[in-house]
Amino acid sequence: MAETVLETHGLTMRFGGVVASNNVDFKLRARELRCLIGPNGAGKSTFFKCVAGLQTPTEGEIYMRGVETTRWMPHQVAASGVGIKTQTPNVMDSLSVFENIWLAARRFHDPKDANRKTQDIIERLALGSIAKDDLGRLAHGERQRVELGLVAVGDPWLVLLDEPAAGMSAEDVERMTRIIHEMNKTAAIIIVEHDMQFIRSIAKMVTVFHQGEVLMEDHVDRVMSDPTVRNVYLGKKN
Amino acid sequence: MQGSLSNDAIKIILITGFLIWVMPLMISTYTLTILIVYGMLGLSLGLIWGFGGILCFGQAAFFGLGAYTYAIAAINVGESTAPMILAVLVPAGFAALLGAMMFYGRLNDVYLGVITLVVTLILFKFINSTAGPQYVIGNARLGGFNGIPGFQTLNIPGSPEAYIWGDSYFYVCAVLLAVVFFLVSALLRSSFGRIAVGIRENETRMSLMGYDVRARKTALFAVGAAIAGLAGALFANWAEILTPSLFSLGQSAEIIIWCIVGGLGTRMGPVLGAAGLAYLKFLLGQQSAVDNTLITGLILVLFVLFLPKGVVPAVAGLWKVSFGRRPLGRTHHQRRPRNRERVSG
Ligand SMILES: Nc1ncnc2c1ncn2[C@@H]1O[C@H](COP(=O)(O)OP(=O)(O)OP(=O)(O)O)[C@@H](O)[C@H]1O
Ligand SMILES: [Mg+2]
Repeated sequence: MAETVLETHGLTMRFGGVVASNNVDFKLRARELRCLIGPNGAGKSTFFKCVAGLQTPTEGEIYMRGVETTRWMPHQVAASGVGIKTQTPNVMDSLSVFENIWLAARRFHDPKDANRKTQDIIERLALGSIAKDDLGRLAHGERQRVELGLVAVGDPWLVLLDEPAAGMSAEDVERMTRIIHEMNKTAAIIIVEHDMQFIRSIAKMVTVFHQGEVLMEDHVDRVMSDPTVRNVYLGKKN
Repeated sequence: MQGSLSNDAIKIILITGFLIWVMPLMISTYTLTILIVYGMLGLSLGLIWGFGGILCFGQAAFFGLGAYTYAIAAINVGESTAPMILAVLVPAGFAALLGAMMFYGRLNDVYLGVITLVVTLILFKFINSTAGPQYVIGNARLGGFNGIPGFQTLNIPGSPEAYIWGDSYFYVCAVLLAVVFFLVSALLRSSFGRIAVGIRENETRMSLMGYDVRARKTALFAVGAAIAGLAGALFANWAEILTPSLFSLGQSAEIIIWCIVGGLGTRMGPVLGAAGLAYLKFLLGQQSAVDNTLITGLILVLFVLFLPKGVVPAVAGLWKVSFGRRPLGRTHHQRRPRNRERVSG
C-alpha cells in the first residue's frame, strides 16, 4: 500500500458558535484521487482551508508526509508542494495568462525553466491563443482553466481542488478531467464537487461531509446508493 | 512591461540627456534640482504603492530621516561620501523594521496607513522637541524647530574641499535620478519585481503559490525607503538647512497626490507628477492671489474625477489608440466578452 500523504486527527474548526469542521479524521494515500461531497455549509471548504494553512484549526492536528503542519502558513504548505484551487476564483486579474502561470512556476524554478514550464502548461491547457490576454478579460471557464494551470505548473504531490468544474462547459470539464488524470500520476488529489455526473466519471473513493463531520467514506457506487447520503444530500436534488 | 532592459537604458539616457540640455534654458538649475529631488521622492512611493500595492502615508518620514541622517553624519564626518551612503541605509533599515512589524503582524491596509501616518507624526513631534542642547549626536545638535544649519555639503569623494554645488550639483542630481530610475526598471523586470506585482494583485493567491508575502513586502518597503532617503540627502544638500517640516503630514500627503496625478502603476507618472506639481507650487508661491494648498487640492479632485488613472496612463492610452499597432496575429474581435464574476476570497 502506498504511504499516507495527508492525515488529520480530530480536526475541528469553530467560528463562534458555528462548528464548521467537527472532529474530522481523514487519511489520503499517495496518488489517490478522492472526492469530497456534502450539502452547502457541510464544512468542505473549511477543511480545505485548514489543510492549506489559510485557517488555523481550533483543535486537532494535520500531518503531511509524516510532518505536522497544523500551524503552518499557506506559503509554507504551498512551498512544500501542495497545490490549491480555492472555491472562489483566486487569480491575478490584471496580469496576463502567461504572467499568472509564470509566477507560479517561478517559485520552483529559475526564470528560464519557468518560461519553459509555463509554455508547456499553456500548450497542454490549450491557452495559446489567449496567453497574452489579461485574466480579467476572460470568460469564467478560461479563468478556471488558468487557475488549474497555476496549480499544475508547480508539480505538486498533493492537490486540493474546490469545485473546479463549477460553471464550466462540457468541453472545459473534459479538458480539465484530462489534466487531473495527468496530475494524478504523480500527485494525490482531493476534489470538492457538487456535480454528481462529474464525480461518477472521475472518482473511486468518496468522503461525505455533513454538518462538519465525516458522514461516510466508501466507494463511489456504494456512497451514491446509500440511503442516509441520499437523504442528507442527494435527496434534496431528486 | 514591454521592451527590454537595454531598451530602457537607451531611452533613459536619451531622455535624460535631452532634458539636461533643454530644461536649464527655461528654468533655473537651482529650481530644477529640487524638482528632480521631488521626482525621486515621488518615484519611491510610486514603486511601493503603484507596483507593490503598499500605500504608505509616511513616505515623508523616510525622506526626512534620509535628510537628517545626512546632515548629522556630515557634521560628524566632515566629508559627504559616508553620510550619503548612511542616508540610504538608515531609512532602509528603519523601514525594514517597521515593515516587518506591520507585515508580519498581518495588519490590513487601513492599519498600515494609520501606523505609517502615526510614525511620521511621532518623528515630527520628536525632532521638533529637540531644541535643547542635550540633544546631540556626536558633534551635531538636532536643533529642534530651529533645524540643523551649516553641515558639510556634497563634495567630490575623498576631497572635502571640492564642493559640488550650483550647476554641477544639478547634473549630479539629474544623473542620480536617471540611475535610480534605471535600477527601478531593472527591479521591476526582475523576478522580485514581477512577484511584487503579483502580490499587489492577489496576496492570497501568491501565498498559495508558495511566496512569503510578508518578507517580500518588507523588502520592497525598505527599497522604497532607501530611495526616499537618497532623495532626502539630496534635499539636504540643496537646502543646506533642515527643519522638522520635512516630516510633516502635509509633505506625505503631497507625495501621494503626485503619484495619483502622475499615474500609479507607471514608473514615469510619479516622477512627472512630483516635478510638475512642485513646479506649479513654486510658481504659485510667487504670487499671493490664490492659496497654494487650495490649488493642489483642486487639482487632486479634478484628477480623481476626470483622469483617475493619472496623466501618464492617459497619454499612453491616447498614444496607443492613435498610433498603436495591433498585436500581430490577434484582432480585437477574437477577444472574449467580459464575463467577470468578481468574487473575492
Ligand atoms: N470565516 C467564517 N466565519 C464564520 N463562519 C464561517 C466561516 N467560514 C465558514 N463558515 C461557516 O462554516 C460552515 C461551513 O462552511 P464551508 O464553506 O466549509 O462549507 P462548504 O461545505 O464548503 O459549503 P459549499 O458547498 O456551499 O461551498 C458554514 O455554516 C459557514 O457559514
Ligand atoms: Mg465550499
